[in-house]
Amino acid sequence: MTSLDIDPLLADAKVIVCCGSGGVGKTTTAAALALHAAERGRRTVVLTIDPARRLAQSMGLVELGNHPSRVPGVAGELDAMMLDMKRTFDEIVLAHSDPGRAEQIFANPFYQSLSSSFAGTQEYMAMEKLGQLAAQRRWDLIVVDTPPTRSALDFLDAPEKLGRFLDGRLLRMLLAPAKAGGKAYLKVMNAGLSVVTRAMTKIIGAQVLTDVQQFVGSLETMFGGFRERADATYRMLATPGTAFLVVAAPEPAALREASFFTERLAAEGMPLAGVVVNRVHRPAARLGVARAVNAAEDLAEVGGHPTIVELLRLHAEQTRLADRDEALVERFTRAHPDVPIRQLPAFAHDVHDLDGLRSIGLELTR
Amino acid sequence: MPAAAPPDPAARPPAGAPAAAPRLHVVTGKGGTGKTTVAAALALALATGGRRVLLAEVENRQGIAQLFDTPPLPYEERRVAVAPGHGQVAALAIDAEEALLDYLDMFYNLRRGGQLLKRLGAIDFATTIAPGLRDVLLTGKLKEAVERRTAPKRTGDRVYDAVVLDAPPTGRIARFLNVTAEVGSLARVGPVKAQADSVQRVLHSPTTLVHVVTVLEEMPVQETIDGVVELRAADLPVGHLIVNMKREPYAIPRRLTKTSVTAGLAAAGLATDRELVDGLVEEAAEHATRLTLQEREMRELEELGLPIAALPRLAEPADLGALYRLAELLAEQGLTGGRP
Repeated sequence: MTSLDIDPLLADAKVIVCCGSGGVGKTTTAAALALHAAERGRRTVVLTIDPARRLAQSMGLVELGNHPSRVPGVAGELDAMMLDMKRTFDEIVLAHSDPGRAEQIFANPFYQSLSSSFAGTQEYMAMEKLGQLAAQRRWDLIVVDTPPTRSALDFLDAPEKLGRFLDGRLLRMLLAPAKAGGKAYLKVMNAGLSVVTRAMTKIIGAQVLTDVQQFVGSLETMFGGFRERADATYRMLATPGTAFLVVAAPEPAALREASFFTERLAAEGMPLAGVVVNRVHRPAARLGVARAVNAAEDLAEVGGHPTIVELLRLHAEQTRLADRDEALVERFTRAHPDVPIRQLPAFAHDVHDLDGLRSIGLELTR
Repeated sequence: MPAAAPPDPAARPPAGAPAAAPRLHVVTGKGGTGKTTVAAALALALATGGRRVLLAEVENRQGIAQLFDTPPLPYEERRVAVAPGHGQVAALAIDAEEALLDYLDMFYNLRRGGQLLKRLGAIDFATTIAPGLRDVLLTGKLKEAVERRTAPKRTGDRVYDAVVLDAPPTGRIARFLNVTAEVGSLARVGPVKAQADSVQRVLHSPTTLVHVVTVLEEMPVQETIDGVVELRAADLPVGHLIVNMKREPYAIPRRLTKTSVTAGLAAAGLATDRELVDGLVEEAAEHATRLTLQEREMRELEELGLPIAALPRLAEPADLGALYRLAELLAEQGLTGGRP
């Protein structure tokens, strides 16, 4: 097993992307890394997606500003922001159209649905925000937390998906079949398309198509932009200044996701720094399950020392949990022997202040 | 923090009235709380005693197949396990695209048109521009399974005594189940609206129960409370809170002296070196901290006024044997196929 060395990573990387499936401690890991880097003298910004309330408060993220603000109480320069996907989308629209047209777009029901609930919008906007932060050149290091999706791969795929959708030929053909009319070779296609349009109208209703048509009409000028921007950010992610950090927990599902993601990054030529496995159980004493169980039984038989009997049983349970975690992590490392790994112990407390983040940072870089 | 709404007595059947046994069990929870494992154990618990249960998933994760150690599930119901007393659990991975083709075929005889739509990527397109559509299709398939009867149509026996859904996470569950509201802004009339309305009726009836899985940690508990408030606001019937991976308490006094530990270890014939003594004392202290935290979170949950079932943290991997054990524990705590 290769050990993941975090210190050089925090010293050299320009962008660190923390990804992994939901519920593995991604946000906390991202925040802890950013704080640690800032206190080592790097100007750092952390882009979080959905932090726990108390953690957000401790980082001064009480208002949804959608722009970075300074985190108080840090011995260094740390800015933090929480992504507001709708506002990010609104800002793109405002930046690329005049106020009148922007109002029109904002009022469109389809835009409202797309900007607030399209499954890939959050990922796209996280990517967009990352691009914006990088372009400002204000920070030495940008740490990004990724949206809580069922699959870590969604972060890589969604921008492409939204870009493809907004630039899509199908969208254009469906909405403007009349424009394509007249040419003989297009007639056949149109016949097929009318079946499609008819079916689509049945499924989603004519009103929706009209809303989409209006939306596309008013967005015409910025269409290519979506694709280009997503592509540019994607390319930036593939450069050596970027490091992907896969966050996982010792659970089969989380490690399976980590596995998929490391393979995908390798296939795309994306720079993988390594895997952080959070919440790994470690017994503080070394006695082992069998000896603890046997001793507890013997002692219980003789009578007396009931506390010690319980203490030994507790130790046996802790050790069983640790053995299970170890086996799961080992299965991962055997399949990915070259991927550097760092394991973090399961803390008894939840982390919701800077001191908690600092202790995680220390644990990560120890 | 929003205050938890008090339990709404109107949402439950009046005392004494025969309560319809819930037949659709929706299992939600924050990521990492073991939602899929609990859903599978619940399906086994409900099937115990000879019932037929369908366990469904909707997020293309193939989590069920992995738990039961079977090949990936197709869009087709497959038996994955038997339960004590000749019960059966079938599983289905519901796919929005396939459900839409079904739907077009059933209502419009549009199977061929549907295939064309699929080839053109139009289905992806449709569910993209109308995100609520995907949820209507997924929940529509569930409703169909809940109501399905053997031939002759409408008069035969129910095919499934219960359907268990490994549902989207707590953060999205109210929206996922509140289908009418979700498509409301997009489809105000027409077939999708009608379909959504009929699904909505089933989801809001006493037939349905939404169970929320959590672990006794701060963030998951907070998300559970928020989720229950949202479910109640959407008038969705909340069933059990299922506390997963609960730590068993060990009777160890808070003030544990190293002297007494040393003496105890000696009596057990073990080494009494400092490393071992310190380690064990540290483990005891950590255990105490966890228990305190657990108790605090448990009290938070109790304020919701919902029945709570608890499952222990298992040290063994979640294989079929573990699932049966969890199923027994759920049944002992009232989550069975019988009337409540």
